[in-house]
Amino acid sequence: MGKTLAEKIIGEHTGREVKAGEIVIVPVDVCLTQDGTGPLAIRQLRKLGLEVAKNPKRTVLFIDHAAPSPRKELSNDHILIREFAEKTGACLSDVGEGVCHQIIAESYLKPGDILIGADSHTCTGGALCSFATGMGSTDVGIGIALGKTWLRVPETFKVEITGSFQPGVYPKDLILHLIGLIGADGATYKALEFCGDTVEKMSASGRLTLSNMAVEAGAKVGLFASDNTTKEFLKEHKRTKDFRKIEPDEDAKYERIIKIDASKLLPTISFPHTVDNTKTIDQIRKTIKIDQVFLGTCTNGRLEDLETALKIIKGRKKHPKVRMIIVPASKRVFLDTLNKGYIKAFIQFGAAILAPGCGPCVGVHEGILGDGENCLSTMNRNFKGRMGNTKGFIYLASPATAAVAAITGEISDPREFLVKKNLKERR
Amino acid sequence: MILRGKVWKFGDNISTDLIAPGRLFHLRSNLPELAKHVLEDADPTFAQKVQKGDFVVGRKNFGLGSSREHAPTIIKLAGVSAVLAKSFARIFYRNAINVGLPVLICDTDRINQGDELECDLEKGRINDLTKNITLDFTPLPKAMIKILNDGGLVEHIKKYGDFKID
Ligand code: SF4
Repeated sequence: MGKTLAEKIIGEHTGREVKAGEIVIVPVDVCLTQDGTGPLAIRQLRKLGLEVAKNPKRTVLFIDHAAPSPRKELSNDHILIREFAEKTGACLSDVGEGVCHQIIAESYLKPGDILIGADSHTCTGGALCSFATGMGSTDVGIGIALGKTWLRVPETFKVEITGSFQPGVYPKDLILHLIGLIGADGATYKALEFCGDTVEKMSASGRLTLSNMAVEAGAKVGLFASDNTTKEFLKEHKRTKDFRKIEPDEDAKYERIIKIDASKLLPTISFPHTVDNTKTIDQIRKTIKIDQVFLGTCTNGRLEDLETALKIIKGRKKHPKVRMIIVPASKRVFLDTLNKGYIKAFIQFGAAILAPGCGPCVGVHEGILGDGENCLSTMNRNFKGRMGNTKGFIYLASPATAAVAAITGEISDPREFLVKKNLKERR
Repeated sequence: MILRGKVWKFGDNISTDLIAPGRLFHLRSNLPELAKHVLEDADPTFAQKVQKGDFVVGRKNFGLGSSREHAPTIIKLAGVSAVLAKSFARIFYRNAINVGLPVLICDTDRINQGDELECDLEKGRINDLTKNITLDFTPLPKAMIKILNDGGLVEHIKKYGDFKID
């Protein structure tokens, strides 16, 4: 019988065919923890007297959420993580390296891998055709020590996307649209499989944005077949030989098929305080003033995202009442943007550039909102309190919509902006 | 095992940010201290008033968001005997079982704040003693019952040195 990507990848790991609904024990190829979940994973392993890593070269301990550390308790957590890495030989990704999911994609993951990560957005790795899924500290800790985990083979929703985006509309708008459509629990326990000509033409960066947010619809994983784009991405990161082509079978069984016409999509914004509370730009009737713009994270902190924002702000002035915070997702992204001169342009525009990492995303430090403040962010979550203050309001949008808000001081339509700008340039 | 206690009712989409907020990141290595703030951003009085054995009852998609296992851990540490909801987010559900906190999927619409409940985990039955009604809950997958009965995943692995879930 035909298999979905999830059934294929899991089946390869069990050495026999598997069907959705089965519970299986599988070897894991890559494990990750971050500084919010790693210390608990380590303590659980200590309780078991199992302070070991089965595959140290593919076990990665990240320090990215509170990096550099804003307080001594967290500095002590960081010490614990470094000691564990030293003791087990596991890889350490320390302050300044960047966000776990970006680095895992750049340097570790390959098509067909099973990745378990103690971070909910581990599903980002599905963009490279890896069965990448988030779990808690104990599951991942035990995965690190034993080199395996248990899984329920998920049913799959096929998301078929066709047509071209109109200018000013991006993969972020698409994923926000999808989550608005099916709801924050619309795909709970399911795998998403993205396909269609829009996806075939989409860059690896755009695919990473889609997979990243699969969990915001409750999904376990958000998968793409591996193709030339995957190959190019691996080549760019000097890992050509990690490429392998994996596709779902034509007669695979899907629980649901969702079709989206990308040409009909509009810039989309998630309103506080749930990701599925989406509105298209033309549904917004009143002015929404923005106090802080945040461009970055594992969702939209890549070169392509920063490039999109840069094209919009170039030659323009930041609104005097807006703070703009930019956090490149990784050291590599930081260096690329630096070499291209983007960082200088961002600084001249008036943005604050922070070290690669999660930055203000999780409300630990750097950019916590004040009471009643509005933030337009390119991140993936706008839950109450997410940015450190339950009295703050978070709107989610694409890097283009974020850049435009930094200029106008309110939520504005990036399409008009791009069109007007083009006209002006042509004159 | 029969659990008995009072209901603390919450709404839809109780996120892990509401249960164990990011602004308390620095308390994650001090779980008893973090537990004093459990669910604070959803109900600021909950942590002080909850009694041992009480139930947290949500509506749909309980525990969505982050993978932080600290969320179910501090609900358990606060003395809560089980969480009931119409549906749970996947990672929270798995984490709860791993830390030995029963999570029961049932129709929670008729359960209200302050109701007295009795849950029979083996029989899969909930009695709302205040309303005098009986509700059934969806049984957990076998693998999870095994882990829960062993007292969580650490205890399970301690016992068998490996996964023994079938
Ligand atoms: S950038 Fe935000 S969403 Fe991504 S891993 Fe960091 S805290 Fe999580």
